[in-house]
Amino acid sequence: MILKPRTLIDKLWEAHSVADLGDGVSLLHIDRIFLHERSGAVALRSLKAAGRTVCRPALAFATIDHIVDTETGRGDHTKFSGGSEFIRAMRNGAGDFGITFFDINDARQGITHVVAAEQGIALPGATMVCGDSHTCTLGGLGALAWGVGSSGIEQALATQTVEERRPQSMRIRCDGRLTADVFAKDLVLSLIGQFGASGGAGFAIEFTGSAVRALPIEARMTLCNMAVEFAGFTGIVAPDDQTIQYVQGRPYAPQGALWEQAIKYWHGLASDDDALFDRDLVVNVSSLAPQVTWGTSPQHVVSTDGAVPDPGAAATGLTDPAQRLSMEAALRYMDLTPGTRMGSIPIDAAFIGSCTNARLSDLREAAAVLRGRKVAPGVTALCVPGSTEVKRAAENEGLDRVFKDAGFEWRESGCSLCFFVGGDNFGGARRVISTTNRNFEGRQGPGVRSHLASPATVAASATLGRIGSVRDLNTP
Amino acid sequence: MQPFTILRAPAAPLMRSDIDTDAIIPSREMTQVGKTGLGSRLFANWRYIDVHQKREERAEFVLNQAPYRHAQVLLAGENFGCGSSREGAVWALHDFGIRCIIAPSFGSIFRANCLRNGLLPIILESTTVEKIAQQMEVSNGSASIVIDLIACTVTDADGTNYPFSIPPQQREMLLRGLDSIGLAINRLPEINLFHENLNRQQPWLFAGHLKD
Repeated sequence: MILKPRTLIDKLWEAHSVADLGDGVSLLHIDRIFLHERSGAVALRSLKAAGRTVCRPALAFATIDHIVDTETGRGDHTKFSGGSEFIRAMRNGAGDFGITFFDINDARQGITHVVAAEQGIALPGATMVCGDSHTCTLGGLGALAWGVGSSGIEQALATQTVEERRPQSMRIRCDGRLTADVFAKDLVLSLIGQFGASGGAGFAIEFTGSAVRALPIEARMTLCNMAVEFAGFTGIVAPDDQTIQYVQGRPYAPQGALWEQAIKYWHGLASDDDALFDRDLVVNVSSLAPQVTWGTSPQHVVSTDGAVPDPGAAATGLTDPAQRLSMEAALRYMDLTPGTRMGSIPIDAAFIGSCTNARLSDLREAAAVLRGRKVAPGVTALCVPGSTEVKRAAENEGLDRVFKDAGFEWRESGCSLCFFVGGDNFGGARRVISTTNRNFEGRQGPGVRSHLASPATVAASATLGRIGSVRDLNTP
Repeated sequence: MQPFTILRAPAAPLMRSDIDTDAIIPSREMTQVGKTGLGSRLFANWRYIDVHQKREERAEFVLNQAPYRHAQVLLAGENFGCGSSREGAVWALHDFGIRCIIAPSFGSIFRANCLRNGLLPIILESTTVEKIAQQMEVSNGSASIVIDLIACTVTDADGTNYPFSIPPQQREMLLRGLDSIGLAINRLPEINLFHENLNRQQPWLFAGHLKD
């Protein structure tokens, strides 16, 4: 019998399909569950109220990231008035159900997706859900990982399954190689810009090609992190030797004979050469320039040396009236006019953080720009490491000094100002350049205008006091 | 959960694309560890003037207008519910009274959250959604459309029928108001057998600290 060639996603889906529920819907086995205090606390409380139990607590992990403050000396009390209730409900719920919990002062605390990789909880080929849309980050390790709501978490905890409709398959092959001053963030922003924020709707996306292979694992996580901003079910990069090196020796990674068995399996995890994808996209990235968003959707993106587009111009190619309305609303919200050079837009604040861009390599890239430079007068600048472990590692190599000397505030780990939860804010700053993933209206605070970019571009902009990339900097 | 069968109602047009869950409910509006009472916070930033203090209704926002103050159906542009996985977006819509959303596409997590809470997400061509939105606007909100989950059709104000598709298991869940967690719990023996088999094939997944 000749087996039908399969994609990597096909293989992982089929290996985890407990039952076919008809018309492409499968009941999928979930190998790892991660909770945070925002959606996890609600899920555990609801589970308890329904008198249900956690099926396999050893496969569930929890931490505190979404609401917790990030200033030194933080605790259960938060600037957001309801915050401590979420934190305590998470802690108590984890205790009640025997879920491994990395509390606020635990050395393993951090943003769930950063921690899941760092601790070896997410593994190549494993399925994982978290009550957070950026769970797709872990596709960078070759995991089949996606976000679910609180009820999805409840179901995963109670049954070790979630049902999902099988997505169509998309392959995005990135040929060429990124230049040294262009990063995974620029790549993913430009993909969303080219193919639209709903370009990946209904698809699971496999990123392939020489430019993706050349990306270090942390950069692959940045790439996959924004698959959800592309409306994808998830993103994935097939595991390779780099992945295996990354996973080896991490606290929850397999060891000994099981490790040998695992890597043998992981080496075989790839789409078959002749597998057919429902959609195939090919881009060449060699001439890609640093990117920055101008509007209120990640698809509203141009290069840092570009200009704000005109929704009325034929060049935008808009055929959908709803799209045009969105662009016009974005211009109003962002207080920008078509034709304005991105490099002429002054900024009030710079934020380096989030599950997109706050791993050690991100902080190194920003620090390389900041070394010997100062944040421009009047700019509020914040760096929030992605995990307590990232913070410790960064401090070990003196990066905290670089940030602080440049004029950045150096914080404790958490999601922080990736979104405004009601407490912490940018102190009146209106226009923020940010390494995060969403530039939605009000996302980072009431009336706050967000421009998304890579850590290097955010650092460069912080020193320039306006939007700009490393290409705009003079030698310090 | 309330079963969904046939609904005849006006449809509130909110014809922007990429309406994200932060717009549907801003994070700061979810102040309780719970699922209820979020209806007044739905679309808070668009619905209210001076949202942080006085919270007066913004007259031009569609859900503040007479025919739509108790809307059960929402029409929207593509990629509705993109962004954050927050189920609060669906709880807020549900609490407001929305039972069905019609759009050319949905954020995938949002769509799954709808199904878990008895809301029907319907995908129709963008030209069809635009046409229904225009009918609503021309009639000043007095027109009604019919959503029939038994026949899987939407009938617009002119009587034109549009079929839509939904996987049978998801349709059944909505028609009968079933809870997917309860259904999955009924399958636990099968799931446990599957787990044991997966453990034999990939023992590294469930070893060491991760053993039951």
